[in-house]
Amino acid sequence: MKMNIVKHTPPLLHGVLVSALVLSSFVVQAEVSGNISLEGRYFNSEGAFPNQQKNGGVSISVQPEYKKTWNNDRIKFTFSPFYRWDENDKERTHGDIRQLDIVSSKGDWDFQVGISKVYWGVTESQHLVDIINQTDGVEGLDGEDKLGQPMARISRLTDNGSLDLFVLPYFRERTFAGEKGRFRIPLVVDTKGATFESGSKEKHVDYAMRWTETFDDFDVGFHYFDGTSRDPDFSKNAPVVINGIQKIAPHYPQISQMGIDLQYTGESTIYKLETINRDFDDSGIQDYTAVVGGLEHTLPAFENGSEIGLLAEYHHDSRGEKREVAFQNDLFVGARYALNDENSSELLAGAFVDLDNNTKSFRVEASRRLGKGFKLNLEAQAFTDVGKSDPLDAFKQDDYLQIELQKFF
Amino acid sequence: MLFKKALSFSLLAVLTLTSVTALAETPEQKGLRITKEGDAKDTGFGDFTANMIMTLKNRAGKTSRRIIRSKTLEGKGDGDKSLSLFDEPADVKGTAMLTFSHGLKADDQWLYLPALKRVKRINSRNKSGPFMGSEFAFEDLGSQDVEKYKYKFLREEACGGGMTCHVIERVPAYKYSGYTKQVTWIDTKEYRPIKVMYYDRKKALLKTLQATGFKQFLGKYWRPASMSMVNHQTGKSTTLQWSNYKFKTGLSSRDFNKKSLAR
Repeated sequence: MKMNIVKHTPPLLHGVLVSALVLSSFVVQAEVSGNISLEGRYFNSEGAFPNQQKNGGVSISVQPEYKKTWNNDRIKFTFSPFYRWDENDKERTHGDIRQLDIVSSKGDWDFQVGISKVYWGVTESQHLVDIINQTDGVEGLDGEDKLGQPMARISRLTDNGSLDLFVLPYFRERTFAGEKGRFRIPLVVDTKGATFESGSKEKHVDYAMRWTETFDDFDVGFHYFDGTSRDPDFSKNAPVVINGIQKIAPHYPQISQMGIDLQYTGESTIYKLETINRDFDDSGIQDYTAVVGGLEHTLPAFENGSEIGLLAEYHHDSRGEKREVAFQNDLFVGARYALNDENSSELLAGAFVDLDNNTKSFRVEASRRLGKGFKLNLEAQAFTDVGKSDPLDAFKQDDYLQIELQKFF
Repeated sequence: MLFKKALSFSLLAVLTLTSVTALAETPEQKGLRITKEGDAKDTGFGDFTANMIMTLKNRAGKTSRRIIRSKTLEGKGDGDKSLSLFDEPADVKGTAMLTFSHGLKADDQWLYLPALKRVKRINSRNKSGPFMGSEFAFEDLGSQDVEKYKYKFLREEACGGGMTCHVIERVPAYKYSGYTKQVTWIDTKEYRPIKVMYYDRKKALLKTLQATGFKQFLGKYWRPASMSMVNHQTGKSTTLQWSNYKFKTGLSSRDFNKKSLAR
């Protein structure tokens, strides 16, 4: 027999039940926030490959977030879906669940289960050790947008850090620009035809371990990862013609990887280093070591409170000058200018130089708050002296200017 | 015999000297003593949490708002640990800042950026820089450890509301301060910091901070309901409205771990 308790109880008991509900909701907090963004992109030149969009277009994205916490934030539930519509590129029109998880904290322990994002690392111009989440490749050139990763995590907190164990039961394939998209390789990527070294394909269970700790002015991180490589290999599958379009399918090999990230924070200069060693199970793929390291120096603040930070980072990859290796012997230099004003206005300008083939790319990012709840972001990048053997060769026609208006709620 | 006499004479001299010093306390000693007494009155709070609404006002009277929740853990043998969680403006919602304060040594600071889920350690050299574009500099909001300044007692005077205040000048002893000196008004009865005047690198008066609406918690610890900072050079001002103070909430160092920023 089904019964509605509240409806069928006497008034007094009803009152008790309602006040119990009110009391219990007192320790539960829920809120909705998020943002909706309108983006416009302008390309200076026509695309290098047939059918690529000519001069850019508009795109709209939305990412709401629902959060509910219990017990003084000791238990936290988050749901954050994401959707983007793009005028030109069908592949860039896509959705994802960025987060759908529960985190429970008890004393020195954290337990997490669901879909989420994790960030590892310290450097600015490349994120070598950040391996848990797959890159949402159609989102931006900097590789900082990630797809939600299904995971279970247990963490034991230490003095000022933790030891984390991850079980990653499902693999997310990278997103790539479609036929009409910019920032793509000459062949269109056939994401539906992706191949895997593991017989379990995307259901292969990956494991990861990470330890971080602070020792005075040093922040140290170490990780070990065993599973499916987040970086696709395009040398394994032969190009195929689908509906008259030449396509190539990505291959995802099995790897084990060890990595270290290290930061020394001085009063005005910060030194940073990330390094990984990647072993492929497949002896046909070359194992490698990669390093990125450098510094960030803060100049004394100006009288109006604004400040300038200078950045320099060097990239090395043991595989050397190869088409699939972006940062084998490259230098990044940049400057960050923060106005520290009411609108949090900021400007970041930087350049990558390939010291082997002289390829250069210049990038500018600027942002400021615009009235209540609005933010304006500007982004531009230009590629010059692009070497034939450099991965940026495919992007050399893709100099662009992007303006984005975000509304936060 | 002669030796014994000489010894007792010098002993007497030492005794006389010390008592003279105790009587004739220098202004520097008095300033330090009062500051230490005030600091002692505020020790033992353990931890506290509070909500803050920060209202920025420019010269034309246009205002903008920031909402921050703060948690503080009292340091034992070292500075306090504090955590600031940003609720407004909406574009920085979820951002968090963790600070370990260390007296004269630079503070350790970690920033949590929710969009990237990145915890980033930052340096605190430019503590003279504005906090969230407000008239408060990072160094104004940081933990006011005794050893951060050199003190000098100036005078005692009435400071409103029937209170009498010690007026003490203090000179920052830490590197990279934006001030050459500060003059503070501390009430003689409860040692509450009522007013601070800040002098810039050119020794010109820059800002005045006025704290009001003090309430006592756990029968011991005084906290203001409002702190108003006026910049005399730009005409801009910032007001902090504090509410929902809670003491001894059971926070531990685990809540001030850089990994708990993302919790």
